[in-house]
Formats: sequence, C-alpha cells, structure tokens
Amino acid sequence: MGMGEVKTEGYRERIARRAAREVEDGMIINLGIGIPTLVADYIPPDKRVMFHAENGILGTGPSPAKGEENPMLCNAGGFPVTLVPGASFFDSATAFAIIRRGLLDMTILGVLEVSQSGDIANWIVPGKRVPGMGGAMELAQKAKKVLVVTAHLDKNGRSKIVRECSLPLTAKKAADLIVTDMAVMEVLPDGLYLREVMHPYTVSDVIGATEAELKIEGEVKVFR
Amino acid sequence: MTKRFDKVISMEEAAAYFHDGMTLMAGGFGGIGNPPGLVQLILDKGVRDITMISNDTAFPWIGIGKLITEKRVKKVIASHIGSNPNAGAQMTAGELEVEFCPQGILAERIRAGGVGLGGILSDVGIGTIAEKGKQKITLNGKEYLLETPLTAEVAILHAKKADRFGNLVYDTSARNFSPLVAMAGDITIVEADEIVEVGELSPEEIVTPGVFVNFIVQSKGVNWRWAWEK
Repeated sequence: MGMGEVKTEGYRERIARRAAREVEDGMIINLGIGIPTLVADYIPPDKRVMFHAENGILGTGPSPAKGEENPMLCNAGGFPVTLVPGASFFDSATAFAIIRRGLLDMTILGVLEVSQSGDIANWIVPGKRVPGMGGAMELAQKAKKVLVVTAHLDKNGRSKIVRECSLPLTAKKAADLIVTDMAVMEVLPDGLYLREVMHPYTVSDVIGATEAELKIEGEVKVFR
Repeated sequence: MTKRFDKVISMEEAAAYFHDGMTLMAGGFGGIGNPPGLVQLILDKGVRDITMISNDTAFPWIGIGKLITEKRVKKVIASHIGSNPNAGAQMTAGELEVEFCPQGILAERIRAGGVGLGGILSDVGIGTIAEKGKQKITLNGKEYLLETPLTAEVAILHAKKADRFGNLVYDTSARNFSPLVAMAGDITIVEADEIVEVGELSPEEIVTPGVFVNFIVQSKGVNWRWAWEK
C-alpha cells in the first residue's frame, strides 16, 4: 500500500493494515469475522503464517475464484476458502485442543466492548442480540496474544473502550493490544497505555473519545 | 435383527428411529456436514418437540436450520445461533429454550459422552456467565468447571464415504463435529454421499471406525443453496 492510496482507504482497511504489523513470521493465527478477516490481505509475503479455522482447518488460504468453490471447504464464517501447502483437516475437538493447549500465537477478534484491564465482551447483548459465544471464549482466554480490532466508537457515538464492561464478558483480562480507527492501545497489568494515534487524530482527540482511562508513557507515535 | 456388517437401510426404515420429544444430535457447522436427507425425513415425518444438540442452528433454510424454522425443536444446546434469525426470534418469544455452551467445550462434552467419560474439567468461561449452574472443582490449586457429558437417542451426520460396516471418511471441513457426534448417539445414523463395499476403504483413511455406526442411508446430496451462493 503506497501513501497515495490512504485517501481511499476506509477505516476498516486501515485498522486491518495496522493490525497486520503485529503478525510475525511463523505464527499460527485465528481470524474472527469482519475486520479481522481483512488482516490477511495486509500480511507481507515474506511473513509465512498458518491460519487456523475453528471448524477444523489449519492452513486456510485465500478465497477461491468464482465457480471454483468447494461448498464443503469453508472457514468458520461459512465462506469458501482454499488451502495452503501443509494444510490439515481435523474434528472440532482437535480444533479447540490447538486453542486450549496454547498453540495459537495470536487471535484477532472484534468486540462490543473492551475494558482498560483487557476484559472482552463480544457475544451477547441481553434482550437484543444473542448469537452465542461460538468459539470466542476459548480464543480470547487461551491465545498467546489477543489482538482486538474495532471501531473506537459504537454506532451511537459511545466509546467501546471502557473502564468496566457493561455487557456479559467473553473473557476476563484477555486483550493484549487494541487497534481502532483512532488509536493503538496496549493493555498492561497496571492499565491501558496509548501507544499510537491514527492520523489525523491527536492525543487529545483520542482521550476525549475514550471512556477508559488512558495512560501515556513516552512518545505517542502517529500511524498514517 | 442386527445387521452388524451391512448397516445400509432405506430412508423408510430409518424413519422408525425418529419420534416426538426425542434427543437428537447432529454433526455439522453452519450447515456444512448436516445430513440433508435425514433432516428432510424428520420434517416429512412430522417429528416435534426435539431437544437438539449441535454446534449451531445453521441458516433458516439450510440443514438443521429447517428444523428450527419449522418449529420442530423445543430446546437446543449449541455454541451459536446467530446465523439463523428464526432461532433468536423463537428464543425471545419463549418458544425455544437455548442452552449456550462454548464451542470447544461443547465438542468435549459430546466427546465425553461418546467415549464413556463421566465429565471433564475445564477453566473455559470462568469469570463469565458460562459458569452459571456448573459445579466448581479445585484440583492442584486451580479452579475448574465440571462439564457434563452429552449423548442423544439418535445422532445424525454426513459422510463423504461409508463402507457397509460404517467406516467413515469425511469431506474436508465437513468433518467438524461429526466424528464426535458419531460416537455419542445411542443410535448413530450416517448419510453418505457414496457407499462402498467393506474392504474398499484403506484402514489408514478411515476417520470414524464403523463400530460406532448403527445405520447408513444413501444421500441424494444437498437440497439447499448455500448462503454465499448468489
């Protein structure tokens, strides 16, 4: 992605592009549905990773060409995928053995709320939307690194980065890094640190838009 | 009569095993791996008040999602119902009881039932509402939830290939919950795309040993359009 393309880049793509910087060569990664799925498009080719799908695949590849789909071969979101060399199929117990055993280097997931202590809520809005947790509890609780990607504000303009989650939790103290359209924040045992702001937002813009208490230590970088 | 080495039966014969108020377990994930012909059989027979154990409720007109849409299910134990809005609507209206279970724990509860274990210990969901109603056990200084095994009167699943003894080979990611579900039915009925003679499958390629399977029916293939198909 050249600088000239930034103007046409949507906020979702920018979050995905920043999140992709957290990917390291050799990682085993699970991508959630939505913005997390976009992250795959921004991983540089010199970094070789294996994507894990909780329906029983290690080594999913890009979407197949239209007409080339195998309806039985899909990711956990139900969309057809291809395989990379070295891919394998297994049952759901093994898919979650990989997660619980701590073999996932990173999970990238969306949230409804994330708190300054890393609590994640992403599976239920009581009385409104009750889809179920799927595999989110295991992913959030057991992946070595939990990368949250989300819009900073919900559709009513409220901060999704909060002091305490008001919704039922998916997992406690789970998030490690939060990437939004406004900022990059790191969860440490003593609080939530503002590490980067997304251009053109300023530090005060981010603090003003964030319900959680943000700590600042040293330089806050600008991500363009 | 037990047909131990030739378990192939007709759909009409299979119909005898489905009844009102039954517990039913289904292999599949988002409809992929749900057995189309057996779901249709349950619909056609008019079976009601089913307690269904499955990863999800598929989509409104795909796989076991049809059993929800046609209001044949009174309770579901699943990890996710979000892809079938009818499930959520029926739950809100008080017509469908939903017991949510984290996906990997659901897989292990089914596995526990299928392999004859009395329960499993896990820390998944501690500190969330998923621990509600579960016994806590402290072992070696660490807190676990006691997760109970699941079995069902009948388990239904799809296989790519079955030999007449019931040895099974699955189709790519349609494997998902199916090998676990195959072990957890009091009666396990497999719908296979292809039925071959005993000896035609390599012992190395068999995923589910036929001893877990009671009956096999011939599939006529998927009778729905997938959500991603335009």
